[in-house]
Amino acid sequence: METNNLNPDKWVNLYADYLFNYAVTRVSDAEIAKDLVQDTFIAGLKSAKNFKGDAAERTWLIAILKRKVIDHYRKINSKKGKAEVRMTYSSQTDAEGDWIEERIADPNSNFENDSLENEELGLAIQNCISKLPKKQAQVFTMKTIKGMETEDICNALGINASNLWVMIHRARTGLMGCLNQNWF
Amino acid sequence: MMISCEKAAVICNKAQYDEASVLDKIKLKLHTFICKTCAKHSKNNAKLTSLCNKASINFLTDEEKRKMNENFNKAK
Repeated sequence: METNNLNPDKWVNLYADYLFNYAVTRVSDAEIAKDLVQDTFIAGLKSAKNFKGDAAERTWLIAILKRKVIDHYRKINSKKGKAEVRMTYSSQTDAEGDWIEERIADPNSNFENDSLENEELGLAIQNCISKLPKKQAQVFTMKTIKGMETEDICNALGINASNLWVMIHRARTGLMGCLNQNWF
Repeated sequence: MMISCEKAAVICNKAQYDEASVLDKIKLKLHTFICKTCAKHSKNNAKLTSLCNKASINFLTDEEKRKMNENFNKAK
């Protein structure tokens, strides 16, 4: 089995986007998410000697980030009462009846799963993008995620339009293969 | 009127970004009508576009990453 090594110099470039995406879907605030990712990198560096090498670098960083997210919620929820779950009858007087049964989730609706699924999808896509060759990933991200114009990308990267389309093609084919198992 | 698979793939990719002309799209349609491999690729390509559109993907800007790297290097 191959052992994994840590390479902190590359962390920000390799994992910042992935970790940020993970964090932002959990704290729903870009600034806080950014801070958490930053803290994660620093914490990772401090405890690098505890890294046993049995997990991939990114998995290990995600595990740290998970703790950071929990700590964040602890911090903002430190007043004891806030953690209690309170259930009250509806205060809306126009609601017909106030049976608690009427207020639980509709079991036939899968509407609330949508956003969850889209977050997972986002992480899956990002994971696949990170497996592409660097240049392809860059072009694909600029074109698809950031929605930049073909001409602007060509100017920024110093390539011509047919180069760009070849790279887009390879990236898309690669992504299709990568996402294939779970999402097609 | 029949185009090659390579040409079809280029049009198919452009179509994902609304950059294919009407004539090109007709050529592509004709091609995929005959070529089943391209028809399948074309379908998956469209699916990939819709997946990318509905996924919530957040990227940090280069500037934000540069800052992050800076802070990180300070902590080292």
